[in-house]
Amino acid sequence: MSRHVLHAEWTKLRTVPESVWLVVAVVALTVAASVATVAATACSTGSCAVDMAKTSLTGVGLGQAVVAILAVVAVGGEYSTGMVRTTFAAMPRRITVLAAKAAVVTAVVVAAASVAVPACLLAGRLMLPLSLGDGPVLRAAAGSVLYLALIGLLAVGTATAVRDSATAIGIVLGLLYVFPIVAQAVTDPEWRRHLLQLAPMTSGLAVQATTHLDDLPIGPWKGLGVTAAWAAAALLAGALRLRLRDA
Amino acid sequence: MSGLGQLLRAEWTKLRTVPGWIGGVLAAAAVIVGIGLLPGMKGSCGQHGPGSECVLPVGPDGELVSDHFFFVHRPLAGDGTITVRVTALTGLLPARPGEPAGTRPGVAPWAKAGLIVKDGTRVGSAYAAVMVTGSHGVRMQDDYTHDIAGSPGPVSASAPRWLRLTRSGDTVTAAESDDGTAWTTVGSAHLPGLPSIVQVGLFATSPQYAETIHESGMSGSYGGPTQVTAVFDHVTPDGAWTGEAVGDASGVPAGNVERAGGRFTVTGSGDIAPAVTGAAGIGTTVTQTLVGTFVGLIAVIVVAALFITAEYRRGLIRTTLAATPQRGRVLAAKAVVVGSAAFAAGLAGAAVVVTLGQRVLRGNGVYVFPATALTEVRLVVGTAALLAVTAVLALAIGAVVRRSAATVAAALVVIVLPYLLAMTVLPTGAAQWLLRVTPAAAFAVQQSALRYPQVSSPYTPTDGYFPLAPWAGLAVLGTWAALALGLALVQFRGRDA
Repeated sequence: MSRHVLHAEWTKLRTVPESVWLVVAVVALTVAASVATVAATACSTGSCAVDMAKTSLTGVGLGQAVVAILAVVAVGGEYSTGMVRTTFAAMPRRITVLAAKAAVVTAVVVAAASVAVPACLLAGRLMLPLSLGDGPVLRAAAGSVLYLALIGLLAVGTATAVRDSATAIGIVLGLLYVFPIVAQAVTDPEWRRHLLQLAPMTSGLAVQATTHLDDLPIGPWKGLGVTAAWAAAALLAGALRLRLRDA
Repeated sequence: MSGLGQLLRAEWTKLRTVPGWIGGVLAAAAVIVGIGLLPGMKGSCGQHGPGSECVLPVGPDGELVSDHFFFVHRPLAGDGTITVRVTALTGLLPARPGEPAGTRPGVAPWAKAGLIVKDGTRVGSAYAAVMVTGSHGVRMQDDYTHDIAGSPGPVSASAPRWLRLTRSGDTVTAAESDDGTAWTTVGSAHLPGLPSIVQVGLFATSPQYAETIHESGMSGSYGGPTQVTAVFDHVTPDGAWTGEAVGDASGVPAGNVERAGGRFTVTGSGDIAPAVTGAAGIGTTVTQTLVGTFVGLIAVIVVAALFITAEYRRGLIRTTLAATPQRGRVLAAKAVVVGSAAFAAGLAGAAVVVTLGQRVLRGNGVYVFPATALTEVRLVVGTAALLAVTAVLALAIGAVVRRSAATVAAALVVIVLPYLLAMTVLPTGAAQWLLRVTPAAAFAVQQSALRYPQVSSPYTPTDGYFPLAPWAGLAVLGTWAALALGLALVQFRGRDA
């Protein structure tokens, strides 16, 4: 039964032209932003002051916006067309539907990220003195893929909770982008550190750091854990709303 | 039912009666206030009892100034002339990050040394000076904000520079020469109310140094105090000279003078210039308190996008157009209603933040540059206009795209994302380029800091300096909104609803 639910969700996602374009956009924008940043980074002297792996993965910050849109549309589209009532008529166990949707979105995001992230690092390898075999670089790469998957889950949960694509995108992108801007304005180091530790984006992207690990507001894997907590909270909110309210 | 008043009323009723929409508009105002009053900055001004308040010297025109330099002076009664030859200019700059801490040789671009006529040694008093600089050639400057360029090029033993200042009543004239015989006038300054006895002499000063760097994804800057040493000779008339540091030299080396025969070696740190905020200056500006605008914009974009796309989703658009077949009017009425709502939210939020936010910061010991009442009004009205025009842009995108998710995403990508990238990860050059051409240029309307060409500071968007003039930045957003609205009108008229 569960296999059928997965298959149904996969068919819904696959056959909407919008989602196909969004997957292409995830890869294209992530790689393009990374290439542009790497090209703008001057490292001619040989000793690079910047964290090269992190610089090469800058595009993830832009790609995550498209991942969020992809995930929100996968849920919100059903609410805007009323398709969701058909879905629940066919599969009354709502949490199973949510789980299947989350699984399908995660699979698609992981697939797209698995293309985009290595491409970004390859661009970094070609233009900067970056070696790809190092443990921290591999951790940054795997962490970035996981990070994008978690952003997808955060967006699925939020969209299920608010049931409207536009509002959900506003909330998710707000959550992601507001903290770094506010942290930039806050000069009190203690406040700033707490903000960066709490924020889903800045904590999660700590996983991309390969140098100066002691200066990070939060450790790489711990940071990804914060993002996971945000995603879990959003999914929980979505699940509760599904259980307790009419579709 | 085609009266414009009735149409506006109909659209206002639609906006007002959807709780989520009116809530979104109110939320925009609330977040601007909430984030603006967040006591996230701490400073040391006034935090350690009386005497620890931060007070900047005030210049003759009432502006805030820096007035720190080493002054080798003597009194001059009535009119007179002073001439000197500068044969060398050397200095020290702070070490770069990654280098061992300390200093490295180098002259700051706006390190200054030369002759000055000053109304006593009081900080902030009137003056006129002619000087050689690190990399801006010979300059004449007076009363902190005025700057006249002389001949370019550096100073060295093989290419010395002669300088001369002549006081005649309230007028001080500066001249320069390569050989001490053929003189060229650099400029003259009018210093009203200059007393008959003034202090004249040699000075040296070198400003705070700052350079932006980009590391681990965040842009920032490094810097520190610098020092300049100038060698003078052929001082005429000679006499009994007093060497002293003018201004509060805390945090910078005090400077000194060494005399060997007719040769004076003067070392100094500081600046004689208007005060600026940012990496090379101190404190912050009111602009800082408006950082919540960014979040308010997201709320306004979502509301404006839904205001049009929801009509398509529910089919309400067909009822709307049956009631008012003139489609241009419908679009105009929607733009006016959503724009006005956003304007009101922005006005209310910004007015609260601009008045109260400064107090919160000052209460926390942060030095906030005072802004004129006119600037504060511009910040409040400009922030309201920024929200209003963004709402119209999002509405126009929605009329073209007709899908709520795509509209919100597109509007966020064209306005919010460039601002975010410019403020956090991008190098200054790319950031300034983005803030010139994208709709995010409109954030320039929130600039309250003044920039001076004769004060070197990174002047980055992060420090509150935008590449465009305030209203020009808003005009860029207005142009984008007008183009989008034009496209929306063509599509709206040419397509089935």
